[in-house]
Amino acid sequence: MDNARGVRGVYPAATTLQGVRPRLYWPITLAAAALIALLAYGVTATGNDTTLDEALAKGERVTAPVAELPRLGASGTGSLADEKGKVVVLNVWASWCPPCKSEMPLLERTHERISSQGGLVLGVDTQEPQEDALRFLHKERITFPSLRDRDREYGRKYGVSAYPETFLIDRSGRIAAIRRGPVSRAWLDQHLTPLLRERT
Amino acid sequence: MRVLIGLALILALTGAVQPKATLPDIEDEVMCVECRTALNISQSPVANQERAFIREKIAQGLDKQQIKAALVDAYGPDVLAEPQAKGFDLSAWIVPGVLVALTGTGVLLLARRWRRGAVDEPAVADLDPADARRLDADLAAFDR
Repeated sequence: MDNARGVRGVYPAATTLQGVRPRLYWPITLAAAALIALLAYGVTATGNDTTLDEALAKGERVTAPVAELPRLGASGTGSLADEKGKVVVLNVWASWCPPCKSEMPLLERTHERISSQGGLVLGVDTQEPQEDALRFLHKERITFPSLRDRDREYGRKYGVSAYPETFLIDRSGRIAAIRRGPVSRAWLDQHLTPLLRERT
Repeated sequence: MRVLIGLALILALTGAVQPKATLPDIEDEVMCVECRTALNISQSPVANQERAFIREKIAQGLDKQQIKAALVDAYGPDVLAEPQAKGFDLSAWIVPGVLVALTGTGVLLLARRWRRGAVDEPAVADLDPADARRLDADLAAFDR
């Protein structure tokens, strides 16, 4: 084999990497492509899911995700599906979250107000020890039921990225409004009152 | 007798409260579940709650593994800094191994080629007769 200088056999050809490059080109390219694909997947998979917000912006009501979750402070499991036919104020909260604490009295009053109109507030406590959550509920005298989403798996289906977040579910189990942040009386009046008037 | 009983009581009490783990030893192996940073550098409300939880478990006399298990029970497996061996986290275990294997294979292939090249190829090629005659003539001219 001739080397780069055209003199036969003066230098071993393999040391110039000639002949090696074509063999390594495809494996290296494929490995690099696989790494880039993995990185892209990691970035997109851990990003915030805004599917529900986009649907609502188009005026569509998407069926709310349901899952069997442990009941907070009670035995057994519960699900949003158990409340079909009711208007549900689904509130994602945690006792370590200051804005969640601030909005709790308003949510408790709302729960008391809408209970007789076929509605309820359903809490989803997330990422904290059960004892801390129960201690907080007891101290604040909160009576509406809560489920426990320990791993935040359920919250991810709603695109929850911070706390608190609230979802208004109509009597057909569809998401009618989303509040990513603390709720206000004005927001509840604007979105919840018309929902309570709707019939399935 | 009373002294012995007193000593035994003191030993039993000190044994009961003797911590089997420390907060700094656990903090660097645990994540702040909301901020996704190591607990030892996190200062959010949830990080403070996690630290309080760990301190409480240390006071109860639990060891490091028991406390980590209690953390997983309370916050879920994402609380551990070590990537899980499932889902996307699995790539954190697989990719370094694959890279090492690919690099090793590449180095082996190159080494084999270099070795074979060095053995197969003569260091200096034989001169053809005409060049040999010319070389001899040139050397003879230098000798004169």
